[in-house]
Amino acid sequence: MHPLLQVNNIRKMYGARIGCTDVSFDLFPGEVMGIVGESGSGKSTLLNCLAGHLDTDGGEVIFDTRDRGPVDTLTMSEPERRMLGRTDWAFVHQHARDGLRMSVSAGGNIGERLMAVGGRHYGDIRASAVDWLDRVEIEENRVDDRPSAFSGGMQQRLQIARNLVTGPRLVFMDEPTGGLDVSVQARLLDLLRGLVREMGLSAIIVTHDLAVVRLLADRLMVMKSGHVVETGLTDQVLDDPQHAYTQLLVSSVLQV
Amino acid sequence: MSEYNFAYLDEQTKRMIRRAILKGLAIPGYQVPFASREMPMPYGWGTGGVQVSAAALTPDDTLKVIDQGADDTTNAVSIRKFFQRTAGVATTEETEQASIIQTRHRIPEATLREDQILVYQVPIPEPLRFLEPRETETRKMHSLEEYGLMHVKLYEDISQHGQIATSYAYPVKVEGRYVMDPSPIPKFDNPKLEMAAIQLFGAGREQRIYAVPPYTQVVSLDFEDYPFEPTKADHACDLCAAADSYLDEVIMDDAGGRMFVCSDTDYCRSRRAAGHVGRLGTEAPLSTGPEAA
Repeated sequence: MHPLLQVNNIRKMYGARIGCTDVSFDLFPGEVMGIVGESGSGKSTLLNCLAGHLDTDGGEVIFDTRDRGPVDTLTMSEPERRMLGRTDWAFVHQHARDGLRMSVSAGGNIGERLMAVGGRHYGDIRASAVDWLDRVEIEENRVDDRPSAFSGGMQQRLQIARNLVTGPRLVFMDEPTGGLDVSVQARLLDLLRGLVREMGLSAIIVTHDLAVVRLLADRLMVMKSGHVVETGLTDQVLDDPQHAYTQLLVSSVLQV
Repeated sequence: MSEYNFAYLDEQTKRMIRRAILKGLAIPGYQVPFASREMPMPYGWGTGGVQVSAAALTPDDTLKVIDQGADDTTNAVSIRKFFQRTAGVATTEETEQASIIQTRHRIPEATLREDQILVYQVPIPEPLRFLEPRETETRKMHSLEEYGLMHVKLYEDISQHGQIATSYAYPVKVEGRYVMDPSPIPKFDNPKLEMAAIQLFGAGREQRIYAVPPYTQVVSLDFEDYPFEPTKADHACDLCAAADSYLDEVIMDDAGGRMFVCSDTDYCRSRRAAGHVGRLGTEAPLSTGPEAA
């Protein structure tokens, strides 16, 4: 099988300080990769580099495009990268406000990507907006409400619907459950797991919450101070951590 | 007029503005930045349009200035007087006679010719401004032709009002490339944007000039199932009985009395001179002007 995304030696410096360095991995279609680490370990920097939101200082991010096969997204032209960003890629922000248009109704938020790729039939756009609201468990009669009238969990689900409406193949998620209370988190994780399996999505999930990766991720990458210290299957890494930092991380989880 | 250079602006400034105009004509709908000057009138009064007119005027031109279609409102009268004083050009109220027409919020009803120039006063040239506040981002969206957001606005209109409720400054796509704000003209005027005359748009405060050359394709944005519709009040003009012109509603008294009159005063006057009489009109056109009723 051909990897969907090949990452080779990504490096990002903030002046003399290391953002992240020497990161390489392959992501296969349908695979979910978790990146864990403490605050400041470079995991969000890495995600933003991969998604093209930050300029890198070296390395390759090769994505298997539909029409041209494997292409380095860091050197592709900006129009192409932005096109990728609203068709085959999706980015779920930690704060739903960063990923939503707060002054536009829920339906408009979901429809934006459809209209950006040329959707010009109001009835069809609205029908898929309603369909997606249903899939993320938001009631249909909220379609004309603005996200500011939604709870935090609903905003996050709306953000997910807005990103998945164009049927992307790769989803970047930055702490998708951050700032939500545990019962809402559980519901969101359940939903995400269902959507990922159902749509055959590949995903890269950045989080500091080990429970999230345990549920969602097939593989795990542990980062510390900008370096990858351990990789492996999720259960393997969490149940039998080898690196001292990973052992610390796993043993730091509070048991209820 | 020895106190002023012809048409107020100095020749260097006019050359700078003409270069912006030529660039605008070469790239229809593209907003060309220019070094807008302080004009002896406040921003919002047409400082952009005045600068474009000043750069386009020649001593042989005949100038007409309209505001909301009317020749006799404050804005139109002031700008007309300004050019009478600083350029000494002939002025007229008749659309047919004018070679340059500066306008605010309307396109004249009479069909314009190839030897005429229509200059618009534009308050906010960026059609994406209220959707995306960052100028860097809107410029990028124009250069990459990312106009999905414009349709989000129309989507919101339909979802809230059941129809596209945007009734003025209705966004258009010029020659299949740039999305353009046609200045706050009513959408009734949008189909007229494809015309024989040169159309120049000047935004003084925002320092942008853009243009639509003659016979350029101008398409109003819409949805397949909610097509663009030019709208007007469902009446005929009460003075000249015109059923095809854009109308102003005038409240007559406190008892709900109202009348509809052409917003294009010259069009109304010429129709009445030709013998058309509306519901509240008088037989002969009044010498004091069309607004006397």
